[in-house]
Amino acid sequence: MGRIKEKFRELREKNKAALICYVTAGDPDIDLTEQIIDHMEASGVDMVEIGIPFSDPMADGPVIQAASERALASSTSLSDVLSLVRRIRSRSDIPVILFGYYNPFFSYGAERFARDAREAGADGVLVVDLPPEEAGELSVHAEREGLDRIFLLAPTSTEERIEMVSQNASGFIYVVSVTGVTGARPDMDYNLEDLVERIKRRSELPVGVGFGVSSARQAAAIASFSDAVIVGSALVRIIESGGEERQEVLGRISSFTEELSAACYR
Amino acid sequence: MGKTNRKYSYPDAGGHFGDFGGRYVSETLMPALIELQKAYDEAAADETFHEEIDYYLKQYAGRPTPLYYARAMTESLGGAKIYLKREDLAHTGAHKINNTIGQGVLCGRMGKDRIIAETGAGQHGVATATVAALLNKECVIYMGEEDTKRQELNVFRMKLLGAEVRPVVSGTKTLKDAMNEAMRDWVTNVRNTFYIIGSVAGPHPYPMMVRDFQSVIGCEAMEQILVAEGKLPDTLVACVGGGSNAMGLFFPFIQESGVRKIGVEAAGHGVESGLHSATITAGSVGVLHGSKTYLLQDEDGQVQGAHSVAAGLDYPGVGPEHSYFQDAGEVDYVSVTDEEALSAFSFLSEVEGIIPALETAHAIAHVRKIAPTMSPEQIIVICLSGRGDKDIHTASSLI
Repeated sequence: MGRIKEKFRELREKNKAALICYVTAGDPDIDLTEQIIDHMEASGVDMVEIGIPFSDPMADGPVIQAASERALASSTSLSDVLSLVRRIRSRSDIPVILFGYYNPFFSYGAERFARDAREAGADGVLVVDLPPEEAGELSVHAEREGLDRIFLLAPTSTEERIEMVSQNASGFIYVVSVTGVTGARPDMDYNLEDLVERIKRRSELPVGVGFGVSSARQAAAIASFSDAVIVGSALVRIIESGGEERQEVLGRISSFTEELSAACYR
Repeated sequence: MGKTNRKYSYPDAGGHFGDFGGRYVSETLMPALIELQKAYDEAAADETFHEEIDYYLKQYAGRPTPLYYARAMTESLGGAKIYLKREDLAHTGAHKINNTIGQGVLCGRMGKDRIIAETGAGQHGVATATVAALLNKECVIYMGEEDTKRQELNVFRMKLLGAEVRPVVSGTKTLKDAMNEAMRDWVTNVRNTFYIIGSVAGPHPYPMMVRDFQSVIGCEAMEQILVAEGKLPDTLVACVGGGSNAMGLFFPFIQESGVRKIGVEAAGHGVESGLHSATITAGSVGVLHGSKTYLLQDEDGQVQGAHSVAAGLDYPGVGPEHSYFQDAGEVDYVSVTDEEALSAFSFLSEVEGIIPALETAHAIAHVRKIAPTMSPEQIIVICLSGRGDKDIHTASSLI
């Protein structure tokens, strides 16, 4: 059984929604990313989503765009991210999802990427701008290497698209909670339950909800009807505002993720 | 060159031109693209849609534009007979209006009340703001902060036309970042917003749709040259940034393998210098802005900044159908430097009394190289894609 599936099984017994936290690799450098992931795990984060920086992050709001720019300023490449995964895997079993835009994967080569990612110990891959229609090549290689193929669904997704994603996905399905780009929002559209319900009618897979989760209160609300709560921009903002104060950043990440993790228990 | 008598049927249902094109976008945009494609397919099958577009093209934009025999230029170069397809004479001063009228009318049919667009040099922004004013739609134009400084006059024109111009400060602060920002706006406001992409780029159905709207250039040119010369031209030449004016001229001739097609990219300071926009000449295949195409990128797949003296060519990608044409050998892609383009800018102004856009000057520059090698019985048609008034400031500091 893959680590992602195993984690969801384990959490079901604890009656907890999985807390999945995002960090852009190399923001502002890869050493801090590694420490952040360690702190996240120690604070109850169940899976990590590691962002591969890209020059043109079309689906991201200003917070993650800026993180991507900082990561590129420190020359973080897909190879660096795979080395990071290897180091994390040497001491931890936390499921790792690689998250990014297609061009860096395409440039690396789909077959080579899938093989190297599996060898490094990654568990899943989510490529934002690769809908099932275009995912053929990467999906074939990812499946062969046992990497989960995670796809997005949105409030605007039709039944047809829910079906298509259900047939192509593995690991879990990632629901984008609002129309729009990534970014922490003070208020979210809580009428997501319907969408999660619709997806669950067509798929056996766990369903996670992300884009805009910025507080423990929101996390608790989402945890009540979904299998995973995904937090990104709110964490990136802590890194951004911390500047050179690394210990303070790590401390704030720990306390915030502890709060989020507690909120994920139903 | 391609084979004769073959049927060209790209794109396929998923928007692919061979290995290129497609829809590489976030799921949040997929339903919008599918809705747009359905609306366009329905419209394209409806005679009234074409009648409405034809009405505006004729009565509002001033089409057909002349196919002008450039006698002085022909004599000066001493070779092939040169014709200029005068898109500079269309309303707003460039071919961009052909596409914005088409997409604007489609926007009206879809009942959207807000139009957004990206712009580099500002010509597409102006053409979009113009159509938004004509059709009474709210209009927001995204423009790289660098470009708002280089093209102040066009910023003012857009504002005068009632559009809001939003400077984009992310990334390289140029066209590619303006396109990212427009996509983000569209994802967020997709229910009431129509995104008018300005080139044959972006996710399906844009490359096909923009090609169809710009094909009026080549269709008119074909009719006009047959009247003037009783035969098809030997060579077509157009500049290529994203590639919409070139596509508009070339596409109606695509089954005519006896007509050579040459796309001219911007070599900037020279292709070896690394400071250029010669995507097909010097790039590699990748995925940007929703389609698979040739790109300027580094070894990690990060998109590189482009450079050209012509802001409208300053784009690190190219329309996916051009990438297909390159690999299939349908079109020859060459490049000319900033210096050659500036020289051609002066040349056409002096010889013909026509000040071309700096983008267009790239096509002129290449014709200066090839026309003298051809015979007087041979014919070249150049797409004179736009007028150069917007570039006077840039050119005066460089010439």
